[in-house]
Amino acid sequence: MKVKFRIRRFNPEVDKKPYWGEYTLDNVEPTDRILELLHRVKWEQDGTLTLRRSCAHGVCGSDAMRINGVNKLACKVLVKTLDLKDGGQVQVEPILGLPVVKDLVVDFEPFFDHYRAVMPYFMPATPRPGDGRERRQSPEDRARFDDTTKCILCACCTTSCPSFWASGEYVGPAAIVNAHRFIFDSRDGATQERLNILSEESGVWRCRTIFNCTPACPREIEVTRAIGEVKLAIQRNGR
Amino acid sequence: MDVKTHQFDVVVIGAGGAGMMAALYASRGAKTAVISKLYPTRSHTGTAQGGIGAALANLDEDHWEWHAFDTIKGGDYLTDQNAAETLAREAIDAVIELELMGLPFDRNPDGTISQRRFGGHTNNQTKKPVRRACHAADRTGHMILQTLYQNCIKEKVTFFDEYQAIDLITNDGKVCGVAAVCIDDGAIHVFHAKAICFATGGWGRLWETTSNAHSLTGDGPALVWRAGLPLQDMEFFQFHPTGLYPVGLLITEAVRGEGGVLINDKGERFMERYAPTIKDLASRDVVARSIYLEVQAGRGIGGKRYVHLDVRPETVNRYLAEAGEDRRVDADYILSKLPDITDFCHTYLGIDPTKSPIPIQPTAHYGMGGIPTNLDAEVISTGAGTVVPGLYAAGEVACVSVHGANRLGTNSLTDLIVFGRKAGKAMADYARQADFVPLPADPAGKIVAEIERIRKSSGKTKPYTIRQEMQKVMMDHVSVFREAPGLQKALDTVRELKSRYQNDLAIEDRGMRFNTDLLEAWELGCMLDLAEITTLSAIERKESRGGHSREDYPKRDDVNFLVHTMAYPEKGGIRIAHDRAVDLSLGYQPAERVY
Repeated sequence: MKVKFRIRRFNPEVDKKPYWGEYTLDNVEPTDRILELLHRVKWEQDGTLTLRRSCAHGVCGSDAMRINGVNKLACKVLVKTLDLKDGGQVQVEPILGLPVVKDLVVDFEPFFDHYRAVMPYFMPATPRPGDGRERRQSPEDRARFDDTTKCILCACCTTSCPSFWASGEYVGPAAIVNAHRFIFDSRDGATQERLNILSEESGVWRCRTIFNCTPACPREIEVTRAIGEVKLAIQRNGR
Repeated sequence: MDVKTHQFDVVVIGAGGAGMMAALYASRGAKTAVISKLYPTRSHTGTAQGGIGAALANLDEDHWEWHAFDTIKGGDYLTDQNAAETLAREAIDAVIELELMGLPFDRNPDGTISQRRFGGHTNNQTKKPVRRACHAADRTGHMILQTLYQNCIKEKVTFFDEYQAIDLITNDGKVCGVAAVCIDDGAIHVFHAKAICFATGGWGRLWETTSNAHSLTGDGPALVWRAGLPLQDMEFFQFHPTGLYPVGLLITEAVRGEGGVLINDKGERFMERYAPTIKDLASRDVVARSIYLEVQAGRGIGGKRYVHLDVRPETVNRYLAEAGEDRRVDADYILSKLPDITDFCHTYLGIDPTKSPIPIQPTAHYGMGGIPTNLDAEVISTGAGTVVPGLYAAGEVACVSVHGANRLGTNSLTDLIVFGRKAGKAMADYARQADFVPLPADPAGKIVAEIERIRKSSGKTKPYTIRQEMQKVMMDHVSVFREAPGLQKALDTVRELKSRYQNDLAIEDRGMRFNTDLLEAWELGCMLDLAEITTLSAIERKESRGGHSREDYPKRDDVNFLVHTMAYPEKGGIRIAHDRAVDLSLGYQPAERVY
């Protein structure tokens, strides 16, 4: 089939403001990924089209973008899921709320700054076991935070959040998800420090439970639930 | 062009498992920087699924000696036995260290790390599969990558994210720095360093069907090669038996570890014929060849180029019962052990693997060869093991050689941690006693000229065209089965493509900012170099061993080829020598390889 691409373009070295580039691809298969088709535009038609990508199967988190108005990983969207007719159009834009560097590439530094701010690392509650072996954890305790270990830091959730669009000071859903992963890990001992960080003005209370983040997550993490659990932990003064 | 210069004791190139492990250790004793063309969490370590191998013996009797032997046998006896010993011994402590860093492994009821079966890992006495793969669902690599990045943040490691290394700088033959492009603004940076570690991963993008990320273009080996140093065992590239058909993305061996079986068009569990003892859990080269032979014999599904991987509970339970095992599985169990695989099948094929079999084909997966190193991750420049002062390599890019002619599943993650750690420690020690080698005059002059040549290129051939042709000819003639005429055709094609790359290239983006058109073209140059070296190494190995199967030399030849291949850069070409002996210090003599 034939598919038209309408892609938000901006080259800071040439363009004063962004514009829509239009490209038509023939011989598109229903099973083609949007990433493959963007590559076809770049490789066959316009080498200046710029995007990030790496693993191409939804694990590395490089290719988050707005596809027909919804945050997705381009490598996880198949043409057939877009319900297109022959000659139909796909619109692709950079994710919102982070400065655009070029075309579909945004500046990830503010996003990673928020991530780094929530102590996203293990702070053991107990000393190393004397026998030189692993710390033990029950399967139930391990399951408690399984959902939030899946995060790939693609920014689909944070850049779908109206509170984040309104103020980039807000740490955003992804940072809270990564704090949650440690707050609810029975081996970790820095729960209170993280809860203190997240109860500041830039923390969880900026979340208005709009729920955009949960459907945006390509890893199907229950993001809004995780944020809710962190809010509850702050109120309870502990996990 | 304006060139910025930085000085660090240690520079690590690549921020996957090996690079970040090396950086954590090096930064404890030396001023260290990590340069990576991707944000660290985008690295390909994150896609590793099934597990990390270590003889923890949490569920079954196990010993590091068994793990070492399995690694040697899996490598078809080309594995250096002292390297296998190091890997298997240190794996245990390495996995414990990851857990202590916070890695959320799956747990057994007693709270210890959960383990499962994987191809080629056995109880050496009974020859039956042993549970050795430590795992976190089917995203073990993701958890390793996240945990290491988290610990790098905790220990304040310095990162240069989205800086792409493009030259290894030497002065009078001595290693002294790295040139890199800041992708964001296109500026060239020179990193003056005492010690440099390559941890850039693999080069699966040489082939048309691959499990590898777009970024795996072999930049590391190409830079070392261009600095005048050899590459080792490049003909050994693993084709993983179970790539999703037709896209090639990986379906972990853990599917078979949990009881999944391979089925042909006639409904036969064909691995019973090729590996009567451990069947579907034979090592990867054996299983990939078996699939090819089934397809060649017309027993692919519907006559096509794929077979089925069946992990439906009724199938798994039928074979468990046949094997006399008490264990039974249900759909929920499969889903809990293989959530990501279930998601891949759903996203890319619209199927539920607990209800339908998964179509699979072999896919280019892992380079056993690479930059030759010794056991301390020091790069060597001769078959005799001459050390290149200040130069290190770890992970897939390195050839220790711990994987020999074929890597066992789970050993890549083990390799990253064990040898990444060794590289980090060795570099911190080296930096303490060594001085900086001065940078040469105009250290980035040559590479800036090459980058500008590509930026201004105005020929007629797009990088894409050259890349596609290279990937096709490598897939057709330098994949699971090889023979002389096909290899020669591949060599001729690659050389012709190199000439077009030099003389007729055309890119369109002439800008400085985030110029991926330019960088993809530069990466293509790396891939063409490696394709030529790989093909020539394959031509010169006139035997079949592990991942290198010659139809014209179907037998292993220990008299002439129980030796590593070294490819040396020489004026005007490549010299292949079989001058690096295989270490046999554990005393395992090459035996017939039966599974």
